[in-house]
This record gives sequence, C-alpha cells and structure tokens, in this order.
Amino acid sequence: MKRFAAALLLGLAALGVAHAAIDTFEFASEADRQRYRTLVEELRCPKCQNQNIADSDAPIAMDLRAQVYAKLEEGQSDAQIIDYLVSRYGDFVLYKPPVTARTLLLWYGPGALLLGGFVLLGVIVLRRRRARGEVDVGLSQDEQDRLASLLNPTPSDKKD
Amino acid sequence: MRRLILLLPLVLFLGVAVFLYRGLFMDPSELPSALIDKPFPAFSLPAVEGDRTLTQRDIIGQPALVNVWATWCVACRVEHPVLNKLAEAGVRIYGVNYKDDNASARKWLAEFHDPYQLNIEDARGSLGLDLGVYGAPETFLIDKDGIIRHKFVGVIDERVWREKLAPLYQALVDEVTP
Repeated sequence: MKRFAAALLLGLAALGVAHAAIDTFEFASEADRQRYRTLVEELRCPKCQNQNIADSDAPIAMDLRAQVYAKLEEGQSDAQIIDYLVSRYGDFVLYKPPVTARTLLLWYGPGALLLGGFVLLGVIVLRRRRARGEVDVGLSQDEQDRLASLLNPTPSDKKD
Repeated sequence: MRRLILLLPLVLFLGVAVFLYRGLFMDPSELPSALIDKPFPAFSLPAVEGDRTLTQRDIIGQPALVNVWATWCVACRVEHPVLNKLAEAGVRIYGVNYKDDNASARKWLAEFHDPYQLNIEDARGSLGLDLGVYGAPETFLIDKDGIIRHKFVGVIDERVWREKLAPLYQALVDEVTP
C-alpha cells in the first residue's frame, strides 16, 4: 500500500513537470490564454521534430511562442497566426496538416483501409453462409425422431 | 482469377516494403523550405561591421549564397574554412549573423577570416524567423533577382558543395550570362 502511494505520488509529480512550460506572458483575458495554449500545442517545433512548441525548450520554440503571443496581442486571428508561421516554416509546423492532394492518403488512408477490411469481411461471411446453404446438413425424419426421444425421454420409454 | 487473389498479400507487402525502404534513407530533420521561389524577405538591419544599415536591396543583383551563422553554432566553425575557400574562388556570399553577440561576431571574423561580402546583424532573429531558420548553419541560394531558389540546412563541406550546391550555383550564374 505504501509502495503504491509512493508510486502514485511520483507519477503525479512527473505529470506536473511535463506540463510546466515556462510562460511569463500576461494575457488580457482568459479566452486569449486559452487560444494561446491551443495554438502552441498544435504548432510543431521545427527543430525538435516530435514536440510541439509548448513543450520544447529549443530556442526556436521559445521564439515561436513569443511570436504567437505577440500576434495574439496585436489582435490577429488564429488563422492569421497559423498562416504567418506556415508561410515561413511550411506545413511541417502544423500537427494538423491541411487536406491537400498530397495529404489525402494521410487523412483518408486509414478510413479507406478500415472500410476495405469491412467489405472483405462481409464478402467472406456472405460466401460462407451461401456455401453452408448448399450443403445439406439437416437430419432425416428418422434421425429427428430419435433425437427428440433421446432429448425428452417419456416415462413409457423408461425400462427399469 | 482466384489464384491472383492469393497474390494480394504479397503485393501489399511489397508496396509497404518499398515505402519503408525509402524511409530508411530519408532525413527527417531536413524540412522542405516554404520559401523556395519566393523573394528574399524584406529587412532593414545593421551590418555586423560598420554603421551601415542593410536592406534586401543590398544583396540583390548577383546570384549568391546567404549563409546563416553564429559564433555559438559549433557546426558553423566547421563550415567556415569551406566558405573562406569558396569566397576566394569568387563565390558571392552574404552572411546573416543570427542571434549573436556583435563583439564575438567581429572577433570571429577577425580571427577566422571574413568570407562575406556583407554581413547582416540579426541580433533578435527577426530575419531568421522570416527566412524560416530553425538552426544554424543554413544556407540559401538566391538568384540575380533576389529570389530564393534553394535552401541547404547543415554544414557545407567540400563534398556537399561539389555534388550538390556547386551545380545549382553555377546554373544561377549561367542564367545571368547565357
């Protein structure tokens, strides 16, 4: 029990650390803070590849956070801020890439595969069912009677 | 026909294998630049040495390399002698001193020789941001009209120059004097 509590505490502590992005920015409103959080979590750090700019300590991520903040303060919309960064760093900075001819496979590939799988499954099931229908697996009348008597023995059948 | 369906898993496997095999030789840290075929971003920044203020007009006119460097960048030190050689061979190189301390930059240029025609002091990294710089060294190739034609991320060594950049640079030079 003690061990479990210790592990839990440790886990909680780690959780706290993981979310400790150092923000010294002051926001005019809570809504702006939320917008900022969402933006920095959706933007990818160009240097560190697999981190968003909210979590990264790379200098470039700090610069980009400062840019996002400055643009927010200027009153720019989310779309304007994202456009600003994409025009400099390309689609790479987006964790949510836009749907274009190049990203069609990325967006719809998994869905198409899943659909294909279901279609295949359906075909197989239907085929098996049809195959089973063709072969006669039923019992003859004699056999049916015998089965019934075996399953429901009547007192007259009992031979003591 | 039925036999062909049996081949389907093999075909799928080969398709995936080709993708994965290609993936082995891709460098994920090399990002395609969003600025290819776009004009060099406008700027107005001091020169590293002297009191001049430089703008994008100062670097337009001839095909050139625009090299983003800094004294804190270890790899730039490796690259520097190569740039010196290129400058000696007549390649036009402009420098962007990216988020650096001016005194250290001057010292560096005095110590290791200065291959740059002009050196832009981008102390706050604003030009770097407009260029989509995410690490130094990065080198842009601009044509005579100041359009960014290629970008190279990483250290330019002799091999990179010979095999990759020299032909591209030569092509830009040939555009000027057909």
